[in-house]
Amino acid sequence: MRVQSEPFDPNREVDLLRADDPSIGAIVTFIGLMRDSNEGARVDRLFLEHYPGMTEKALRQIVDEADRRWELQHCRVVHRVGELLPSDPIVLVAVAGRHRKEAFMACEFIIDYLKTKAPFWKRETTSDGERWVGARESDDKAIRHWQSES
Amino acid sequence: MIQLLFFARFREELGVDAEQLEIEGLSCMGDLLVRLRGRGDAWARLFAENQRVMMAVNQEVADRQTPLHEGDEVALFPPVTGG
Repeated sequence: MRVQSEPFDPNREVDLLRADDPSIGAIVTFIGLMRDSNEGARVDRLFLEHYPGMTEKALRQIVDEADRRWELQHCRVVHRVGELLPSDPIVLVAVAGRHRKEAFMACEFIIDYLKTKAPFWKRETTSDGERWVGARESDDKAIRHWQSES
Repeated sequence: MIQLLFFARFREELGVDAEQLEIEGLSCMGDLLVRLRGRGDAWARLFAENQRVMMAVNQEVADRQTPLHEGDEVALFPPVTGG
């Protein structure tokens, strides 16, 4: 689990995740990228703020909960903070399991929880100026789906 | 004393990122929100009853019922938008 201002290479993270473990049968990855548009405006830059200390704790708790539900082999979460440009990877969630089913479920669970629980905030620079990105109702819905299953 | 922290849009609109506050009269997060609302202006607007406010006590997600203790680190922030 890492929170960093430096760019990262998702492929290298996956290579590290699978290194030297022949018990892994499946890896599922989610890579969130900076999109160059949002709600009808062109987005030139993104600034990501976070709450140092709580962010790491929250990510740890989310991954621990995924591990409790699906007994993962390995898991890697990397999240950028600071200044980002279009196409930059923002977040990587990579989950390794024995079989695909639990890896798919755990990966989706982790990104759904990260989006509504981990203290990160996006401020975008658009053609109309700067603005803080608002939370999405669809992200809250995704969480309720997991809560009704637990 | 408790340590108060504000993030993102809240920090910008309030014009403050951190402050120390006497805990006297504040037994839970709900009390704190009422106190801050009483400051008027941006405080009253951001912490109005109908506003979505996320909160944490000692870096754990909290709600209006969460009790407060001397030395706590309390954070108030808008709904998160990472990922």
